[in-house]
Amino acid sequence: MEARLNVERADWAPPAYLENAEDVISVQRGPEPGGVGGAWRSVRETVRGLKTTMARLFEGPVTIQYPEEKTPVYPRFRGRHKLHRFEDSGLEKCVGCSLCAAACPADCIRVVARENDPAQRVSAGERYAEVYEINLSRCIFCGYCEVACPFDAITMGHEYEMSDYSRSDLVFTKEMLLADPIEKAPLRREGE
Amino acid sequence: MSVPFAEVGFAEASWVLIVKSIVIFLVILQIVPVVLLIERKLLGRFQHRYGPNRVGPFGLLQPLADVLKLLTKESYRPEAAVPLLFAVAPVLVIFSATATLAIIPFGDVKNGVGFYGIDVSIGILYAFAFGSIGFYGLLLGGWASGSTYSFLGAMRSAAQLISYEVAMGLSLLGVIFMAGSLSLTEIVHAQDEVWFIVPQIVGFGVFMISGFAETNRAPFDLPEADAELVAGYNTEYGGMRFGSFFMAEYMAMIVVSAIATAMFLGGWQGPGPGFLDPLWMLAKIFALLIFFIWVRATLPRLRYDQLMSLGWKVMLPLATVNALVTAILVVVL
Repeated sequence: MEARLNVERADWAPPAYLENAEDVISVQRGPEPGGVGGAWRSVRETVRGLKTTMARLFEGPVTIQYPEEKTPVYPRFRGRHKLHRFEDSGLEKCVGCSLCAAACPADCIRVVARENDPAQRVSAGERYAEVYEINLSRCIFCGYCEVACPFDAITMGHEYEMSDYSRSDLVFTKEMLLADPIEKAPLRREGE
Repeated sequence: MSVPFAEVGFAEASWVLIVKSIVIFLVILQIVPVVLLIERKLLGRFQHRYGPNRVGPFGLLQPLADVLKLLTKESYRPEAAVPLLFAVAPVLVIFSATATLAIIPFGDVKNGVGFYGIDVSIGILYAFAFGSIGFYGLLLGGWASGSTYSFLGAMRSAAQLISYEVAMGLSLLGVIFMAGSLSLTEIVHAQDEVWFIVPQIVGFGVFMISGFAETNRAPFDLPEADAELVAGYNTEYGGMRFGSFFMAEYMAMIVVSAIATAMFLGGWQGPGPGFLDPLWMLAKIFALLIFFIWVRATLPRLRYDQLMSLGWKVMLPLATVNALVTAILVVVL
C-alpha cells in the first residue's frame, strides 16, 4: 500500500503496531487553525461564501407558489379513489363483491351489496353496491383495493387535496366517489 | 448655547431642535419596517425563495401585520422574573438606540437649519456611550428574566461586549486623527476630497466587523442564538416588549450603518444639488444595511470563544497598528 500514515504533525506519532500495518490509509488533514494562514483562509472563505449567496440571488427563486401553482403528479400517483361507470350504458362497474374491503389493510372500505332490480339496473352484474364508503381519514393510499377489484371499478385518482374540518366529512360516499373531482390535479406525462 | 457635557458646534432655537428631533425619530421609525421587509425579502432571494409575499401587494404589508400581532399579544412575565428590571430592559435598549440618532448628520447647515439632531464636540463618543448602554438592556433583560437560556444569552452579550468594544473604538481613532475632530459633521466635512474609506480601509473593516457584534447580527448573534439558546436574552419576552428589542436591533443596525457612512463613506456627500444630501445619506445607509443582510445570509454563527479570540487577537492588534500608523503619518505629512 502506497499511502502511509500522516506523520507530519509534531505532537503525534503513530503507535508501533501501526508502523507496518497494511490496512491503514492516510487521511488528508485540514490545515492547522490559527496564525496568519488561518486569518487569510477565513477571509478567503468568507468572500467565497458571499459570492455563493450573491449568485443564488441572481438565479432567482425556485419556489412553487403552492395553492396557485401545483406540481404535476405522475400518472401512477395514488390519490383519492374514483369509482367508474361503463361509458356506453352508464351502469356502475362495481358489483358489490367486497373484495376491495377484504384487501384493505386499513379496513377503511365499507360495502353493502344488494340484488339488482331488473327494471332499474344500477350495475352491470347480478348485485350492486347499495352502500360504498371509504373513510379517507384512515386510508393509507396503498392501492390494494384497485389491485383487488376484478372489474376495474375502483381506481386511484390523482386528487390529493382532501383536508377538511371534521373527520365525518372525510367519509366519502359512493356518489362522491363516482363524481368527477371539482378541480383536477395537473398531470405529468410519463417520462417528464 | 452651552450644555454641561460638551460644546455644541451649531444649534438653533429650541423649537427647531424639537421639530428636528421629532422628524428624525419618525423618519427612522418608518425605516425600521422597511428594513425588516427588505431583510426578509432579500434573505429569501439569497436562499432561492420569495420571502413574504402574501400580505398585501408583494407582501408589503407584512411588517404591519407583524406589528399588529405583537401589539395585540399578552404582555407576559414569568414568575421568576424581577418585575421592574424585566420591564425596564426593553425601554433601555430602545432608548439607547434612539438617543444615538441625535448625532447622525443627514446634511449640512442650510438656511440656518442643520440637517442633524445636534452637532456636539464629543460626537462619536456620545454614540459609543449609548451603544454600551444598549448592552446593559440586553444584560438586564437576560438576567431579570429568571431563565437559564436568557441568563446564558446575557453572559454571552457581556463576553461579546468586552471583546469588540476596544477594537471598535480604536478602529475609529484613525479617522478622528485625520479629521482632527470628534464631531461627525466635522468628520464629514473633512472628507470633501477623499472618503476616509480609502486611507482607512483597515479601520473600516474592523469597524464593520465590530458593528456586526454591536448590533448582535449574524455571524455574531450569540446573545440571541435561536438555535442553541432559543433566542437568548429575549426568550421570556413576548408581545411588544419583544417588539421593542426587535425594533432596537434594527435601529442599532441603522445607527451603525449611519456612523459608518459618516465616518468612512463621505456622509451626505454625493453629486447633485444640496437638497439631495439626506437622500445620499439614506442611500449609503441602505447599501450598508443590505451588506448586513448579505452577511447574515452567508455566515454561520461563531462560537463565543472564537469571537473573543477574533476580537482580542486579530481586530485589536489591527486597529492599534492602524491607529499608530495613521498617527505617525498625520504628524509627518
